[in-house]
Parts: sequence; C-alpha cells; structure tokens
Amino acid sequence: MFIQQLSVYIENHQGRLADFCALLGGGGIDLSALSIADTSNFGLIRAIVSDNDKALSLLQQNGFAASLTPVLAVSVADAPSGLANVLQILREGGFSIEYLYSFMRRINHEAIILFRIDKPEEAAGLLLKKGIRLLSQEEIAR
Amino acid sequence: MFWNKPVETMKREDLERLQLERLQATVQRVYQNVPLYRERMQEKGLVPEDVKTLADIQKLPFTQKTDLRDEYPYGLFAAPREEIVRIHASSGTTGKPIVAGYTQNDLLIWAEIVARCLGCAEVDYRDTVQVAYGYGLFTGGLGLHDGAQRAGAQVVPVSSGNTKRQLMLMEDLGSTALACTPSYALMIGESLRDSNFDLKRLKLRKGIFGAEPWTEGMRDQIEQLLGIQALDIYGLTETMGPGVAMECIEGRSGLHVWEDHFLIEILDPESGAPLPDGETGELVISTISKDGMPLLRYRTHDLTSIIAEPCVCGRTHRRIRRLRGRTDDMLIIRGVNVFPSQVEAAIMGIPGIAPRYLLVVDRVNNLDTLEVQVELMPNLPFDEVRQIEQLEERVRRAIEQVLNLSVRLRLVEPNSIERSEGKSKRVLDKRNLFD
Repeated sequence: MFIQQLSVYIENHQGRLADFCALLGGGGIDLSALSIADTSNFGLIRAIVSDNDKALSLLQQNGFAASLTPVLAVSVADAPSGLANVLQILREGGFSIEYLYSFMRRINHEAIILFRIDKPEEAAGLLLKKGIRLLSQEEIAR
Repeated sequence: MFWNKPVETMKREDLERLQLERLQATVQRVYQNVPLYRERMQEKGLVPEDVKTLADIQKLPFTQKTDLRDEYPYGLFAAPREEIVRIHASSGTTGKPIVAGYTQNDLLIWAEIVARCLGCAEVDYRDTVQVAYGYGLFTGGLGLHDGAQRAGAQVVPVSSGNTKRQLMLMEDLGSTALACTPSYALMIGESLRDSNFDLKRLKLRKGIFGAEPWTEGMRDQIEQLLGIQALDIYGLTETMGPGVAMECIEGRSGLHVWEDHFLIEILDPESGAPLPDGETGELVISTISKDGMPLLRYRTHDLTSIIAEPCVCGRTHRRIRRLRGRTDDMLIIRGVNVFPSQVEAAIMGIPGIAPRYLLVVDRVNNLDTLEVQVELMPNLPFDEVRQIEQLEERVRRAIEQVLNLSVRLRLVEPNSIERSEGKSKRVLDKRNLFD
C-alpha cells in the first residue's frame, strides 16, 4: 500500500544537487520522482528511486543526511479534475496533506501523485474504498 | 593624575611588605574556610605558616576555572552567606556559569581600584562617565559604575546597545568619558562618521575600553573616529572584574596591575615554571585582599609579559603588556566569554544531530557575529521542512541559553566539518584581535 520515499537534507551550496544526482547515477539508481522543498537555509529532497536500500546507504556513506519515509502513490486520471477528485475525498475524510508532488512518467495513461498525509493508514483505506488505485513499490520501480 | 598617590607610588619594598602581609592573611583565610584549598595544601604538606616570603607563593597550589565549575556555586567562597552582598557571573566551560561573591569590603576595594584606573585616564569628579558596558551579572557595567561613582564622577548608567540613544545622551548630557568594549566604541565611532556627525557637538575626551582583546590599529581608529584618547582596562570576574590592571595616559604602553591587591606571576603555560620578566607566558593572579572569594594562583590563560621597568607616570606598580592571546580555546564575543565546550554541553543529547560543531566568529561592521554549524546525523529523522526548522530552532535556543549571546545556527550535512587528526576543529575565528 505504501511506497518508500527517500528524504534527503541538502545545504544551500552550489552544486550540491548535482552531487546528489551524480552519486545516485553512479550507483545505477534511477530516479522516478523528485521534489525539492527549499528554504533560505537548506533544501529537502524527496525522491522515489529504483533501489531504496542501495540509495540510502550510498547517500549516508557520502555525507548526506537521509532516510526513508512511507508515502502513498495515488493513481489519478490524467484528465481535468483528476487530482481534484482525490483531494475532495481526502478533504471530506478530514485528512491533512503534509505535501504532494507528481511522478515524472506516466503509467497506463494515469498520472501518479505522491502524497504524504497525516493519518496515512486511514487515508489509504478511504481512498481504496472510493475506488482510487494506489500503486505498489513494484509498480513504481518498474 | 592619581586617585591614591601614596599607594600608587609606594616604594617597592613597602609594597612588597604589604603584599606579604596580605598574602599570608589570605592563605590563612582560605585554609580555614575553603575545604578545596585546605585539602590541596595538605596534599603538598603545607600549612599557612609555610608562606614566609613572597617567593613562597610558588609552593601553593594553582586554581583553575574547572575548580570554579566543580565548586559551583559557593564552594570557593571564604565568607559566610551573611557577609556576601553581591554576586557576579561569567561563562563557565560547560552549561553552568561560574560565580563570584563579594563582601561589602570587596566592593569598596573594587570601587577603589576602578577609581585608580580612571585616574590613569585622567578622569575624576569633574567628568561625566557614560557606562556603556552591559549591566547585570557581567562585571563590566557595575564595576565601572561603582568605580566612577567612587571617583566622584557623574555616572550615566546607560548600559550597552542602542547606539542612537547612546549618542543622544552623550551629546545632551555632555559625557566626557566612555566606558565600553573597544568593538562597541568603534561601532559608535563609525555611526558618528556615517551620519557626518560634527564631533564638536560632543565633549567626549577619554575612553576606557576592555573586556575583550584589541589591537593598536583599533585604538588608532577609535581615537580618530571619536576624537578621544582610548585606554585599555583589564580584569576578570574570577579575580574581581575590570580594574585589575589599567593603562596610564602618560605611558600608554602596558597596564599597571594594582599590586597591593593582586600578585602576578608569568608562567610557562606548559610546564607551569616561572618565566623571567619580559618573557611572554600565562598570567597567573592571586587576590590578596578579597574576602568573599579569594583566589590563589588563578590560571587566567591570558598570555602577556611583565614590564618591570619603571613607568614615566611615576606609579610603582608593575605593568603587564597588552594581551597577546589565550592558552586555551576561549573566545570573547561582544565582550562575552565563550568556550566551545559550552556549545557541546548545550547540544548534547538533542536527537538528530551529531556532537560535532564549528563556531565561526567574524566581525561585521564592528559587531562580532557568531555562527554555529552543527552536523546532522546521517540518519535524517525528518521528511518535512517544518520539522527541520523546529530542530534548528531547538538547537539554536539551547546554545543561546548557555552562551547568553545570539547566534546564527546552521545545520550542516554529516561529516562536513573539517577534522584534523581525528578531532574536529571547533573554532574558526576570522577576526584580527591581537597585534
């Protein structure tokens, strides 16, 4: 039901994001989703990658502070109101979204949105009940 | 100008006789009232009567800042609670400050020696002294205050900060002397220059600056910007506060130590062996007239040398050279003593961060800035910006509480703080404080 997201702290230094990408690339790890939250002092990378454990150890051994966080990968129709419908369900269910971002590629003409929700188990249950498809780790990693 | 000419120009042999008398009385006092001294003397097989000459001081045990920490708060006091009338405090090396206690008589002596210091700067009852040192537990404000009042000056206890208000009062009240840290004096001077202030509107003519190291270059700048003569005052909370030593306007080279109240030694910081006059080493001070918290052979960690040659001013009390550095890693930031180990104590145990940190000290527009970098653990416990900002805030507050100083905090990536020989470098001081 949940998929693992990589969360990585990066300082606001020129080239630091490039270091991050090069490190994963060098390890043969594919990025399938990426978002960066930035503040004046630091950035927080969230990424979905092809090999979580390898990525995590590679990053931690190379001076990054990183961890894995469970998120929901929600399939929404790649059409107007696709995301709005899902958000409406979550609003009615009284859930707060901490953050969301979208997948880089499409799977079966669906758009994939990654959600971090305050009560993930309950939110996932509600979405499934409403017929929304959640993707598994295997589907994400191809 | 002398505040107390008979004492300030006392013949050396009379001064030394007085010193021995007072040293013997102090040794008796601490032996009887302070267990730490008694135990340490007993370990060395010493009794107070073994101090027969001034040179015998070398037999006595040292005291260190760690003793003040271990005996916190009252363990080194040699007077009962009923006789202590004032407490001051300074930074310790961990989370706790070190405290000093003063009896009525201690405060009278302190005011007396600060009055002598003002005399060295030709400041007396005709002057208006603006005290822009911080007031409170810090000894700067109240120390200069009491001394200036004792000298009969009109005291303006404005405390530190708010430069505009300082200038307004300086002009309106006609302040003739300013007492503060040299960096703050420079800041005031630069704000005068930047606002094209006509110095003729001020009556200021003297500055008494201390609580942090400064250079001759800084002195020139301050004197030029403020149109005054700037003099150096030295002291430390442990042995009293400001006023232990002061530069005289006639010599402007070296600070007279009031040797009727303090005995000084210069030692090799490594071996503890005495160094001859003129050689640079660690200044060790013994208080010989304090009742509240006398300290014998206190290791100041300040590097200087003794100038034994007589001074042109006629004072017989020997001088120490302007400070040349520290033997430990203590920093003085905006007049506040800071030990890197205090930061360590503050951040210890906060989850998510490693006990590895770097203090980056700089001086921007004459204001000391302190940035503390703290390393995150490789295992980041967060995935939300808010959580990281909360951690940042928590770490910053913990450090500020211990240091009593505002800091800029940066959480840095794991292993990003440079290490040398396996030990991380803890301080990067970009200021130029010593000649």
